Amino acid sequence: MALVTALRRLVRLREFAWRTAAVTSGSWPRTQSFSSGHLLRSDNKVTVHFFNRDGEKITVKGSPGDSLLDIVINEDLDFDGFGACEGTLACSTCHLIFEEETYKSLGPVTDEEMDMLDLAYGLSDTSRLGCQICLTKRMEGMVARVPESVADIRQSQDGS
Amino acid sequence: MLFSGLKVWTSRSLWIHRLHEGINGGGKARYSSCSPKVCIVGGGPAGFYTAQHLIKARPDVTVDIYERLPVPFGLVRFGVAPDHPEVKNVINTFTQTARHKRCSFYGNVNVGKDLSVTELQEAYHAVVLSYGAEGNRRMGVPGEDLSGVYSAKDFVGWYNGLPSCRELGPDLSCETAVILGQGNVALDVARVLLSPIDLLKKTDITQPALEVLEESRVRRVLIVGRRGPTQIAGTVKEVREMVNLPNTRPDMLASDFEGVKEALKDLPRPRKRLTELMLKTAMETPGEKEHERREKASRVWGLRFYRSPVEILADPERSSRMAGIRLAVNNLEGSGEEARAVLTGEMEDVSCGLIISSIGYKSLSIDPSVPFDSHRAIVPNNMGRIQEAPGLYCSGWLKTGPTGVIATTLNNSFDTVRSMLEDMDSGTLNTSAAKPGSQSINALLENRGVKPVTFSEWEKIDSEEVRRGAAIGKPREKLLTVEEMLQVAGK
Repeated sequence: MALVTALRRLVRLREFAWRTAAVTSGSWPRTQSFSSGHLLRSDNKVTVHFFNRDGEKITVKGSPGDSLLDIVINEDLDFDGFGACEGTLACSTCHLIFEEETYKSLGPVTDEEMDMLDLAYGLSDTSRLGCQICLTKRMEGMVARVPESVADIRQSQDGS
Repeated sequence: MLFSGLKVWTSRSLWIHRLHEGINGGGKARYSSCSPKVCIVGGGPAGFYTAQHLIKARPDVTVDIYERLPVPFGLVRFGVAPDHPEVKNVINTFTQTARHKRCSFYGNVNVGKDLSVTELQEAYHAVVLSYGAEGNRRMGVPGEDLSGVYSAKDFVGWYNGLPSCRELGPDLSCETAVILGQGNVALDVARVLLSPIDLLKKTDITQPALEVLEESRVRRVLIVGRRGPTQIAGTVKEVREMVNLPNTRPDMLASDFEGVKEALKDLPRPRKRLTELMLKTAMETPGEKEHERREKASRVWGLRFYRSPVEILADPERSSRMAGIRLAVNNLEGSGEEARAVLTGEMEDVSCGLIISSIGYKSLSIDPSVPFDSHRAIVPNNMGRIQEAPGLYCSGWLKTGPTGVIATTLNNSFDTVRSMLEDMDSGTLNTSAAKPGSQSINALLENRGVKPVTFSEWEKIDSEEVRRGAAIGKPREKLLTVEEMLQVAGK
């Protein structure tokens, strides 16, 4: 089963990379109707609310065991530059910020994840990497915020 | 379940493909007279992230990437350490960008020599310079050019298969190596020098480099910095890799860490965690297991702080060769990131047979028509807009100077695109007149006898490299000369 997961993940990642490189933002459906697991295990889904860099709320569902990066890919969520190293703990682009209670419930963080988080823009006390968080039923309704990039902050200060 | 899953994926791809066709079907013809044409100089991560973001943000823009070498990806191929294959996953995204209908890659085109930036400006609405930092900062000390002294840029280029560094032939017959500089490049070099050869054998390090490293007698590597532990330029991941490197033990000086523990509480988290890791490594008595590991280790690495190079010392018996380095002992003036190293007047000599200078890369000017700040070694710019040069933009290390990880370059490239889009929308960047784009440039190149390597031709090189690698249990065996690359590309 690990092989199947890996294979499906590979297909998704390639497609995701291609899509993020290819398409005008906003032209993609943000529904779950094309997600592979949905039709098969719809009863078992976990709802996740994302806030994108513009503060817009996006509500999607994922399967237990999927990482938050998997969900972003599966649902074609258009977060610029998200998941550059494809979930291998070699960058910090899938950085997400959680509410304090949620953060506490996410479990321990490895040194390696902390090392990468230390390089993330907008690091907070409740930051995690999306590729390291796997969905469980207990996470139903969780909120994850994609941090603004440094440039966004600087731009708003410039008023430009 | 496997098949039903895959089936959904396949049909979804097709669906996306159709939509893609719908957006871009006949795109080139439809937009040929009024679509913005942008070219990018330099096919490294900054160039590819710039292209990716442009194509995504504007459905009418076409992007051409010009790269000096026949092969793409710049420092992802030639800079990222061979034992960091995860970082190279970004190549998958770059490949999807390059295969996009509105993106073309032209390798083997040397802008500044084969083409001028002015010629590119005539052919395109906008030109983005993202050719990086190919020079290296010199130490500026006597003896810098003695044999046995290498720049980290060349050393990294050598083990990563950069054609211009193929014949470096570093002499690794000594026991002690000194690396000057404590950034991630310095730590990469230290790790490659000390890694068990069996770990490197499974990477895409070049076979000639592997053979030299296999015979290496280097047992001790000192990584020297001007300032203290709380100013080290490397990041915690790379330092932790040293701490955990099999068959090595750390050798640090307790005196370098005086007062560091007390300073911890005021440090921001990333700096704090990095400093704590070094403190623990240098000062704490190791547990039984770690003690045993260190006892068995046959190789040694150490960070040395508060030391600046003063002179490379020649071998008294072979005056063209170095035999050591004289270091000046520094004090710090001020604290934190801004602290300055000040000479105490005290000196110290270290015997070594290899010196690698890793004090930073440096961008070079490729065309006198482009403004260049030679003091800071960057193109002066405002959020990627090159000053006093409408239609010219920059991204990556040429824009910011040579620091930062891949995510930094990603954000920096996206910023440049944002500036360009604003200029297109405001009319500051005029895209109303049709421009010939690659059509006229290709004609110029043909006249000049330059044969560009397209992305599909690079994919032939890629397949050949992967094939050669597979034969010896490596992910890839890189082609090492431009001639061979061109030959495999069918040029």
